[in-house]
Amino acid sequence: MRFKDVFSIIGPSMTGPSSSHTAGAARLGRIARQWLGCTPERARLTLYGSFADTYQGHGTDLALIGGLLDYVTDDPRIPDAEQYAEEAGMEVEFFTSGLPAPHPNTVKIELWHGERKCSLIGASIGGGSVSVHALNDFRVQISGEFPTLVLRHSDKAGVLASVTSTISSSGVNIGYMQVDRKARDGEALTAMEMDGVPNPEMLNRLRSLDHVLEIRVIDLKRGVEPDAV
Amino acid sequence: MRFKHLHELNTICTAESKTIAELMIEEQVQETNTPRAGVVQQMSDYYQVMKEAVHKGLTEDTTSRSGLTGGDGKKMAEYIRQGETCSGDASALAMAYALCVSEVNASMGRIVATPTAGSCGIIPGVFISSQERFGWSDEHLVNGLFCAGAIGYVIANNSFISGAEGGCQAEVGSAIGMAAGAMVELRGGTPEQVVHAVGLALKNTLGLICDPVAGLVEIPCIVRNGLGAVTALAAADMALAGVRSAIPSDEVIDVMLEVGSAMPSRHRETAQGGLAQTPTGRKMMEKLAKPKAKRAEPESESESPGENEPEAKA
Repeated sequence: MRFKDVFSIIGPSMTGPSSSHTAGAARLGRIARQWLGCTPERARLTLYGSFADTYQGHGTDLALIGGLLDYVTDDPRIPDAEQYAEEAGMEVEFFTSGLPAPHPNTVKIELWHGERKCSLIGASIGGGSVSVHALNDFRVQISGEFPTLVLRHSDKAGVLASVTSTISSSGVNIGYMQVDRKARDGEALTAMEMDGVPNPEMLNRLRSLDHVLEIRVIDLKRGVEPDAV
Repeated sequence: MRFKHLHELNTICTAESKTIAELMIEEQVQETNTPRAGVVQQMSDYYQVMKEAVHKGLTEDTTSRSGLTGGDGKKMAEYIRQGETCSGDASALAMAYALCVSEVNASMGRIVATPTAGSCGIIPGVFISSQERFGWSDEHLVNGLFCAGAIGYVIANNSFISGAEGGCQAEVGSAIGMAAGAMVELRGGTPEQVVHAVGLALKNTLGLICDPVAGLVEIPCIVRNGLGAVTALAAADMALAGVRSAIPSDEVIDVMLEVGSAMPSRHRETAQGGLAQTPTGRKMMEKLAKPKAKRAEPESESESPGENEPEAKA
């Protein structure tokens, strides 16, 4: 199902004027910020399709910036997000592209903080719901509706078994899982939508597993972890 | 969820003697593993946001950032106070409130997407004006929102709810169908009547294009919200009177998918066709055009985001 529950239809509470262009955009920005793990120093956003055609009039740019500042969809600061970004020392650049995209409302977000760089490609699919298709060029399918655990790891036999058994022993159910790798034995990324919120103990145990490089929790309901960088 | 289609909503609710609202609450609790009180509280919070938006639209300046719209909700409310309306006071008030909420949206105020922001006026317009008229409790209206949500869930998962995907029929049309069905349940109609109300309403928005002037959710969106509220009330009345949708409502939803998919992109929120490209629409766009400085192709762009699998769509 593209739309998971009643609140993906009624809701979100949001700053106007467009659920696709503002609420969905704010959520995509926020997911990208959580994927980076902190407020970015520099952000480059490339807009495709309808996003590229109408982003200024709809405030899509302001909502994306708001999301990068970790604002929720009805944060009253969204209309003035450019000013808050400047105060936070965040440099933002927008580009439009005529290249084909998987959905009319697609954005590519590239973020930098110090040595750290990350990217996301996602679409705003209507009513404020979003679908993330790629994280750092790995294929994923993330809705943001559930707490999502993202693991960067090495493509080694047994890694996923130890990851899932660690999660299983914490009593949390995995609702959806996707694995992608750059190359055999190369870097891999696993995204898991969970039925419950991962607790700190589970995260610590996961971090200590062999071949696990990095863990991030994306959770639009609970807010972001303290800056991890 | 135990349902994907409207006929399943009707079958389950009829067999178990439940309202659609009750079924939706139970399914939401089960699906999200959230206590019932939490689920109901969130919807209740949303209803308060809707009421605040109506109040704001009636009392504050709702001039949009573009300056193109604002203040029509107030005008309607004032007109109702002055004497008899053409469409009847109940319709006129639903229209006034729908305009108010839609104008708050256009001015970047706080609203609830129902199902989208472009269509955010219709459900509050119908619900809040009806609450005042029939003296219903907030709790009753919150149940109505769950019923509307169940209908929208079916439409969204079998067709679409965004103007960019399916035209305004998907956006304003879905909201009208949701409000019409919920209104039937709020008035004590059967689940079967609810389902017929949805079909009756949706049939009359098929082919409605999304053609926002200058790409803004203002013209014609705000007025379509006002008139949409009236259509929802009328469809609810038809269903409560026993009028049936001769084409089953689930089939109407499938047609919405067919029609929306066939629409050219210029009629799907791109501002490249319809009212947006009339001489007046073009003039408004030119007047609002912002400098495109710094907005160019990124130098290092090497790949299309389309290299990933396309979004699953019909």
